[in-house]
Amino acid sequence: MESAESLIAHIQGLSSAPEDLAQLHNLLKQSEESLESLAPNLGPLLNQLDPSKHSLGFLYILEAYASATHGEQENNLVSTIAKFIDSCVTEQICLAPEKFVSVCRKLKDEAMQLQMPIRGVAPLRTAVRKLQPTSEHLTTLHPDFLVLCLLAKCYKAGFSVLEDDIVEVEQPRDFFLYCYYGGMICIGLKRFRKAMELLYYVITSPMSSMNAIAIESYKKYILVSLINNGQFSNLPKYTSSVFSRNQKNFCQYYNELATSYASGKISELQSCLEAYKDKFETDNNVGLVKQVVSSLYKRNIQRLTQMYLTLSLQDIANTVQLSSTKEAEMHVLQMIQDGEIFATINQKDGMVSFHEDPEQYKSCEMIEHIDSSIQRIMALSKKLTTMDEQVSSDPIYLAKLGRERQRFDLDDFDTVPQKFHM
Amino acid sequence: MEGEEDVLETSMIEEEIRANGGAANEKQRSKAIISSEQMDVEAYASSYTGRTKIARLIFIAERCGNTTMELEALRMAYDEIKKGENTLLFRDVVDKIRGRLGAAYGMDHAWVDGVDRRAEARKEKLDNELNAYRTNLIKESIRMGYNDFGEFYYAHGALGDAFKNYARTRDYCTTSKHIIQMCLNVILVSIEMGQFTHVTNYVSKTEQTPEVLDSVTVAKLRCAAGLAYLENKKYKHAARKFLETGLELENNYTEVIAPQDVATYGGLCALASFDRTELKNKVIDNVNFRKFLELVPEVREIINDFYSSRYASCLEYLENLKANLLLDIHLYDHVETLYSEIRHKALIQYTHPFLSVDLHMMASAFKTSVAGLEKELEALITENQIQARIDSHNKILYARHADQRNTTFQRALQMGNEFDRDVRAMLLRANLLKHEFNNRQSRKL
Repeated sequence: MESAESLIAHIQGLSSAPEDLAQLHNLLKQSEESLESLAPNLGPLLNQLDPSKHSLGFLYILEAYASATHGEQENNLVSTIAKFIDSCVTEQICLAPEKFVSVCRKLKDEAMQLQMPIRGVAPLRTAVRKLQPTSEHLTTLHPDFLVLCLLAKCYKAGFSVLEDDIVEVEQPRDFFLYCYYGGMICIGLKRFRKAMELLYYVITSPMSSMNAIAIESYKKYILVSLINNGQFSNLPKYTSSVFSRNQKNFCQYYNELATSYASGKISELQSCLEAYKDKFETDNNVGLVKQVVSSLYKRNIQRLTQMYLTLSLQDIANTVQLSSTKEAEMHVLQMIQDGEIFATINQKDGMVSFHEDPEQYKSCEMIEHIDSSIQRIMALSKKLTTMDEQVSSDPIYLAKLGRERQRFDLDDFDTVPQKFHM
Repeated sequence: MEGEEDVLETSMIEEEIRANGGAANEKQRSKAIISSEQMDVEAYASSYTGRTKIARLIFIAERCGNTTMELEALRMAYDEIKKGENTLLFRDVVDKIRGRLGAAYGMDHAWVDGVDRRAEARKEKLDNELNAYRTNLIKESIRMGYNDFGEFYYAHGALGDAFKNYARTRDYCTTSKHIIQMCLNVILVSIEMGQFTHVTNYVSKTEQTPEVLDSVTVAKLRCAAGLAYLENKKYKHAARKFLETGLELENNYTEVIAPQDVATYGGLCALASFDRTELKNKVIDNVNFRKFLELVPEVREIINDFYSSRYASCLEYLENLKANLLLDIHLYDHVETLYSEIRHKALIQYTHPFLSVDLHMMASAFKTSVAGLEKELEALITENQIQARIDSHNKILYARHADQRNTTFQRALQMGNEFDRDVRAMLLRANLLKHEFNNRQSRKL
């Protein structure tokens, strides 16, 4: 058992060389208990250390201090942690990731308690980046970061993390939450395609029992796919059977909404909305539902462009069930602006003429775009092959396979095990 | 009109369009349309015999919505039943008449009792005979016994029992002839019962017999199969079967179908489901079927008008026929579907050769308003049956030629996006599985 002062001295002495660090780590682990008992008085000690040099020691002391601190020093604590996260050295904190995570969580909790989630956004983003070995890894801090972004409405900050392609996942729960919050952030940014992608990961991922995250994601997924694609197709067959069987008990009214949307009639959609109004409210999805309604107007107008070269605003208003030509004009104008249809409005005689998509696929940009798509897809399929090879040579997997196979004839050994329906 | 690809000569085409609509109209007026008059029930009934005649008459009585016609049909049904032994149907018809035809068409208790008594006696006799045959194990006699039972039940209107007995004879059939007879009996009863799955089954069973079927039987089987397909809404197959029906049918199958019906059913199904070349090859150039068509000149006219693109007259003929077709026991359910199919076909065929079509002319050719036509075209465009777009301002329909190159690009990019998304999702799922797998393993170890 050492006193706090000698510990500080050790930290200061052993923080530079890598081999010393291991020794320091052991030392710190041993003194964990004593640190805990000293916790409330550790605050001043932190000033003696430089977070950018003595990150590991700083981390241990900060963690002990933070877990014991409540109340009036909060304000100070948040900035201390934020400063630490900003300046700490990645190699050192990676020795004790669980401590780092707990400190970051503390920051999040404090920021939320102060009702200033925005204070946690920037530090946590740095923390996520420091904790990630590569940008393909999901850390436990991802969901926490995204929650803060959502609460602070800093969607752009959150989206910067979402842009990475996550492949390596350790905790399914982290992953579910990451996708769910990420989906919500994308919805906030109206990046519906990305949102669909994230929510889709949740509902199609393998699960052995129902979970609330998947259900909420599924509700949002239905709404977003109606907004974005104008239709909702059924779940793919690799969806886990638990989920596809049970979702009806929880999300039936969303399915009904999708059916009424498919009819293409505003009146039917409205009546469905009225019927389940309370439920949408309790699900906090009213905003999305409203967007679904306006997307049906758009969808119907878009359908008209397939059939007509010219059409009067009056006719548009009638077919799409809008109340006035003025409203129809606004819709068409908005859609032209958003590049969703190609048309011109002739205000003199109230006619809209629809054009074909002017994209000729001849421009350099288009070729570049296609080329980059090809590159991306080739890289992806390479990754897929590597993954396949990895799995098929994984010792644990092979051991399990061998045990199962004994019951069968060894001759009918095929390379793809039936159990793995991905 | 086929050759009118040259769009520069618009004036000529316009003339042509007028000819489609206008000229055909004039011709129309000069031609008297026979079937626009009310159906002649007596003439209609005379082409059928047996149970179907009664069934058809009752059907007409139920649906015509016209008292004189209803009573006429019921009177004939009454007379017809009196010739047979079906007391069940008799009571039914008497109920339907409700004394509106005077005392002569009331409830004849003496007749009913007499028939029932005789039936009882006959049943007992047949029963005894059959039992005797069964103890003696003479196959042929047992078959005859069941057959007699089948006929007995059929005559008395117990179709279910008749079906069972006819089907039972199957185990005692020794020659192909017997099998064919059995199948035809079963088919007849099944049609009456409306059990068209049985019909299809037994038709194929008959066709599998090793013996070469005589042409009358073949024709009968074709008709039965055609009816079964019609009931199942497989109009194209139905049309083929009716078109294959041989002339030998003549009046040999009046207990099910009259040759006129073959022409009507076949003609309408063909119009609704065949494309232009098929129509030409299989219907118009079909010498055999042409003879059937001669029996129903209206249908022949419809087909010819359709083929030569005189849509107005074609549709008018169809409209005139409609009332009578709705009274047909087999076709009534399908009239609407067939008609709308034919109309769609006509619309598609009309627009096909043109690069642009004036909606006013087209509307007059189809005898409808421009707005109505627009709606119809809209539906067809949505279903991708017509590749065109409507210029609602100038009321012109422009054909739209899909740009293969652009669509290919579009599809390729879309495919790429989908692949991208799917593969990433797959990698993630695989990782989750792997993770879970490892977890479980480490717990076990």
